[in-house]
Amino acid sequence: MSEKKTNRRDFLFTATYAVGAVGVGATIWPMIDQMNPDASVKALASTEVDISSVTPGKTITVLWRGKPVFIRRRTREEIVQAKSVKMEELKDPEKDEDRAKNPEWLVMLGVCTHLGCVPLNDKGDYNGWFCPCHGSHYDTSGRIRKGPAPTNMEIPKYEFVNTNTIKIG
Amino acid sequence: MKNFFRTLSLITLVFIFQFNCNAAEKVEYLKTDWSFKGLFGKFDRSALQRGYQVYTEVCSSCHSMKYLSYRNLAEKGGPEFTEAQAKAIAASFEVTDGPNSDGDMFTRPGKLSDKFVMPYENVKAAQAANGGAYPPDMSVLVKARGGGVDYIYSLLQGYVDPPQGIVLDDGVHYNKFMYGNKIKMANQLSDGLIEYGDGTNATVEQMSKDVTTFLMWAAEPHLETRHQMGFKAIIYLIILTILVYFSMKKIWSRIETEV
Amino acid sequence: MSDNAYTPKSKFGKWFNDRLPLLSLANHLTDYPTPKNLNYWWTFGGILTFCLITQIVTGLVLAMHYIAHADMAFDSVEHIMRDVNYGWLIRYIHANGASMFFLAVYIHIFRSLFYGSYKAPREIIWIIGIIIYLLMMAAAFMGYVLPWGQMSFWGATVITNLFSAIPLVGEGIVTWLWGGYSVDNPTLTRFFTLHYLIPFLILGLVVLHIWALHVPGNNNPVGIDIKKPSKDTVPFHPYIVIKDGFALLMFMIVFAFFVFYTPNILGHADNYIEADPLVTPAHIVPEWYLLPFYAILRSVPDKLLGVVAMLSAIFILAALPWLDTSKIRSAVFRPLYRQFYWILVADVLILGYVGAMPAEGLYLLIARIATAYYFLHFLIVLPVLGYKEKTLPIPLSITEPVLGGSPNLVAARNKESFNK
Repeated sequence: MSEKKTNRRDFLFTATYAVGAVGVGATIWPMIDQMNPDASVKALASTEVDISSVTPGKTITVLWRGKPVFIRRRTREEIVQAKSVKMEELKDPEKDEDRAKNPEWLVMLGVCTHLGCVPLNDKGDYNGWFCPCHGSHYDTSGRIRKGPAPTNMEIPKYEFVNTNTIKIG
Repeated sequence: MKNFFRTLSLITLVFIFQFNCNAAEKVEYLKTDWSFKGLFGKFDRSALQRGYQVYTEVCSSCHSMKYLSYRNLAEKGGPEFTEAQAKAIAASFEVTDGPNSDGDMFTRPGKLSDKFVMPYENVKAAQAANGGAYPPDMSVLVKARGGGVDYIYSLLQGYVDPPQGIVLDDGVHYNKFMYGNKIKMANQLSDGLIEYGDGTNATVEQMSKDVTTFLMWAAEPHLETRHQMGFKAIIYLIILTILVYFSMKKIWSRIETEV
Repeated sequence: MSDNAYTPKSKFGKWFNDRLPLLSLANHLTDYPTPKNLNYWWTFGGILTFCLITQIVTGLVLAMHYIAHADMAFDSVEHIMRDVNYGWLIRYIHANGASMFFLAVYIHIFRSLFYGSYKAPREIIWIIGIIIYLLMMAAAFMGYVLPWGQMSFWGATVITNLFSAIPLVGEGIVTWLWGGYSVDNPTLTRFFTLHYLIPFLILGLVVLHIWALHVPGNNNPVGIDIKKPSKDTVPFHPYIVIKDGFALLMFMIVFAFFVFYTPNILGHADNYIEADPLVTPAHIVPEWYLLPFYAILRSVPDKLLGVVAMLSAIFILAALPWLDTSKIRSAVFRPLYRQFYWILVADVLILGYVGAMPAEGLYLLIARIATAYYFLHFLIVLPVLGYKEKTLPIPLSITEPVLGGSPNLVAARNKESFNK
């Protein structure tokens, strides 16, 4: 009799604690989720860029989602250079064809994959980009060749709306 | 415990009485059944879509809705246009963007992320175009008026001839629900003024109700979520309260004192 | 903390506790002997702690999205309401939380008044409580300014102008408060800073409030001193914790109803209109919890004296332990005081009501009578009552009724209206 009573009490307390814990969890979630990107930030997904004035060998930098995007119109030599690299030489092997759908245009996030600095144009040992923060060298395809960065510079989702316009995002 | 609750309910009654006293002084507004009132209140989607049509075709030439974006039209709990429809709506507006690389502003078709296009550049321009009266922004209008939806609904239908002896200045109109009865906005609605896409008969009453519903949603876009979450939260709290009550009884039974 | 020496069982616990006696503190709090006859009016201390924490947490979250600038404050609030994940929920909790906080604090204060909890040896607890209440009003007022709606702006204008009643330096002080020649951006940013600061001051004072409480221990409905620990007391945990928890949940149901179903009923529609320095709203009314004081302010026809009367109405409470000359604490054994107590409750409710009405005609007359009575209660009724009133005999211990009790006590308990 007394044992049964104890069991019931234990069950009651356990149930109370469990239900209470669910409530605490449900209350904490909104406080955490509010720090995630809000609806207006998520909506700013894409930006369109006019590239008609970019001549071969020039790079323009545009802002997308608060980050710089490099749009480079590559010269023939640069394309050849980028395509001729052997995969074994690369830290993060990726073919140039996979990075630049239209070989003349390289569109990539201008953010060093090491710690997020913006690399400098036409600098470094591989004629591509050089990050001044910690000395990462990128080639003409934006691939990491030397230095602390672990991966190639990221290629965002983009498409050519027409010959003069690129839509990023 | 009995006395505790008796006193508490007495005090609550006094408070409610006070609120009613305040309410009693107000004008009797026209009544209609709002689908969004009550514990499970939801918006009527087609009313919202029609309301949006009334807003764009009638109100938006003077009234801005600066806190709304075209993306909101496709969001859950709103008019719920399809994404394609919302994109088409957005694209039908010319949005000023820029500056471009030459430093000039340019216009382009609207995108989902754009805010509703404003009829006037700024408040001064709005005043200049409306005889000194600023047509208020309608994003939170329902919440910014004491009578809420009933007031807006009534006001739209409240245009009558002024009683004898009341002289109205030029550009001032008589409305029986307006505070002070004098309003700068002329009567905008008339039967059959617009042609609803869904074939509903566009009476003044119908348009007033639809556009008011739309304004309610604009002011409280999360109303449906709020109602749903509220119901769950309160049910949860009641369950937990009952559990805690019995736990309390158990615990206090150890020392023979009633709780 | 005069507990018996407590030693943690584990070796690490002992090592830690010798250096920082947190475990002793925790032990003190759980074992804290509490009178076992506390009724539900005593649960509002716990409820208020909950309210403070809720306001601080939701406030921190809102501050992550709010922009304290005259041009952007209103927009940022709408941004919170529309776009921030759960922003509407957090803001409505914060806005209604302020009202809930005041509701609870008024019940807490009136409980003290009924049971004489402010009397010796608890004067310091009471005075700290009054300071907390004052800070709460300051925080609530400044918080109401932050959305930069019409009521925010004009409320700020009216309240800061109260200082201009001070002779000679008044105008200078008002300009200093504004940081300009009207309520404007500098005012908003400093109000935001102070609104952020004050809750933490309140938190500190709450610690002192509880500390001061734990020295003499809780008063109780019978109002007599009890030995602790004894058969009259129960350990705080689990008995009082679960009881406070139960009451808190009931409170939360009411709170949730406001947040989810009538989130704007306690606010003013005008505050959804962006601040406009050129147009004053037709009726300027403070939030409901400040209405009684607003009524007192308006009932005095002189600017300076009105402000003085309003402030005195609050500060007079600090002198209460000395104005009330009765040796008996609980109104249960003070038949006359009990009646005056309820008259005071009615008086304050009436003041609140006329505070919301226009200050003219009958309303003004009622406000003046009610204001006069408010001061009469504290300055004349209470001191005189202490000497004249014939009180009922008080029991020797709170367990007495349980053990059979004296006939007097049974009679008293039947009469009293507050006990459970």
